[in-house]
Amino acid sequence: MGSKDNFVKALLNINNIEVIYDHVILVLKGISLHVNEGQIVALLGANGAGKTTTLKAVSNLLQTERGEVTKGFIEYKGDRIEKLTPWSLVKKGVIQVMEGRHCFQHLSVEENLLTGAFTRGNQKKAIKNDLEKVYNYFPRLKERRRSQAGYTSGGEQQMTAIGRALMANPSMILLDEPSMGLAPQLVEEIFEIVKTLNQKEKVSFLLAEQNTNIALGYADYGYILENGRIVMDGSANELSDNSDVKEFYLGIASAGRKSYRDGKHYRRRKRWLA
Amino acid sequence: MSFFLEVLIGGLLAGIMYSLVALGFVLIYKASGVFNFAQGAMVFFAALTFVGAQEKLGFPIWAALIFSLILMIILGVLTEKVVLRPLVNQPPISLFMVTIGLTFFVEGLAQLMWGTKVYPLELGIPDEPIAITLTRWGLNTDAVPNVLKEINSFDLIAAIVAGTLVAALAIFFQITRVGRALRAVADDHQAALSVGIPLKTIWAIVWSVAGFVALVAGLMWGARNGVQFALVFVALKALPVLILGGFDSVPGAIVGGLIIGALEKLAEVYIGPYFGGGIEIWFAYVAALLFLLVRPEGLFGEKQIDRV
Repeated sequence: MGSKDNFVKALLNINNIEVIYDHVILVLKGISLHVNEGQIVALLGANGAGKTTTLKAVSNLLQTERGEVTKGFIEYKGDRIEKLTPWSLVKKGVIQVMEGRHCFQHLSVEENLLTGAFTRGNQKKAIKNDLEKVYNYFPRLKERRRSQAGYTSGGEQQMTAIGRALMANPSMILLDEPSMGLAPQLVEEIFEIVKTLNQKEKVSFLLAEQNTNIALGYADYGYILENGRIVMDGSANELSDNSDVKEFYLGIASAGRKSYRDGKHYRRRKRWLA
Repeated sequence: MSFFLEVLIGGLLAGIMYSLVALGFVLIYKASGVFNFAQGAMVFFAALTFVGAQEKLGFPIWAALIFSLILMIILGVLTEKVVLRPLVNQPPISLFMVTIGLTFFVEGLAQLMWGTKVYPLELGIPDEPIAITLTRWGLNTDAVPNVLKEINSFDLIAAIVAGTLVAALAIFFQITRVGRALRAVADDHQAALSVGIPLKTIWAIVWSVAGFVALVAGLMWGARNGVQFALVFVALKALPVLILGGFDSVPGAIVGGLIIGALEKLAEVYIGPYFGGGIEIWFAYVAALLFLLVRPEGLFGEKQIDRV
């Protein structure tokens, strides 16, 4: 599907990983994908498809949930990263923005942002500059810099979470469900900023999203997950035009209304590995 | 009036001693959101190590101090490695339960190492009214008001030590990068991990600092009451202090301690006679209970933030 040609330049390369929780629950059944430098790649699918698990496998947050990558490997800039601790990964430039924002509620917005720079040690000047940069992208955060993050609105918390990740000076952000619980207008705003960051700061994004419509609107490339497998991938345009994607994920049926009974699912795709 | 002041000052100074113990709780709570049941045992362990090193190993006082500090740090680091690391991202109640287990372990370890004898602890701080100390130093005490003359030198030193500790810790938590990370960890383990805060290091630091605070509290309390198993229970005295001041506030530990200390003594003197005396022992707990009804997060504690 036209994705193998620029394989060499891949910033992040996930190769046929299998993830098991608690030694028994098989969640990812062989997922391979890659993100090229400067791309926004969307990871789409319904609840429980394995989007978040994929992101956490990359950021190594799986360890804290008793999850484990049991097969396959993950490479970032050509180095294996699946055994790294989350903080050494952040140092390398990969940072995750977790689903549901996860701001530090009792810290002020500014303190939240500063925690993002923890791994950068005491480069005071550079951190201060970056703080100004984040305020530039999110002017609303500057207004609320002194308020406790827990008392800010959902949109502001999402901005705080993204801003906090930016403070680590990353080259890749794993963004999990940025649209969750936000008003459509805000979702649009957040995605606009993602696009800007991608273009101006050269940050690559791997984006897990349920809102297929908006995600495909901003992404370069997309993967569709179902039950822990990738069932389809392609450029954002290809996917938006695909009749199955339209029907399953965008709610546009080709031939009028359909009954739920007619819904079809992808069969297990033939797998060459494992 | 001067009698009232005397009681009040005595109470405030006694309260400082509670604050010292409460500080250790606050530290751990602030940095991991866990009520560390083992804090009392750590105080006991620290004090016993300090005297044990002197009595059994023949260390001079400074060497014993360094030795026990090192041991407390080792204890802190080991706690992180063996006990806490497997419990990252688990509910606070699991962490709480594990600290109960830790209590028994630390108590047992202390007695295994140094025996169960009661030791006196001598720090060389005079335990007498300040007027006498000053006179002994050849100073004229005429200018000192009578109320102040009665203050115990030991209490005063304890107050200064506690005050310094609190100031240092408050600055550490509010201003430094590590302090901010500590507060972040208390709020959300996983988010802290996700932005690259190394939980292991952070927890090792916190438990070591808590060990240091336990050592200071152990020395002060040990010098006052002798080093014995009952030191474990000074932790119970810290509870009302924490409830009043807030579990996650360093200044709260001090203010809470002062209030509880003063309340106890004043209640004993002014209300006590109606109950036949001896209310000092339980009055603090009743006060804390009543306070819970009014302001559950404590005077300086962080409010639970709920979004609707």
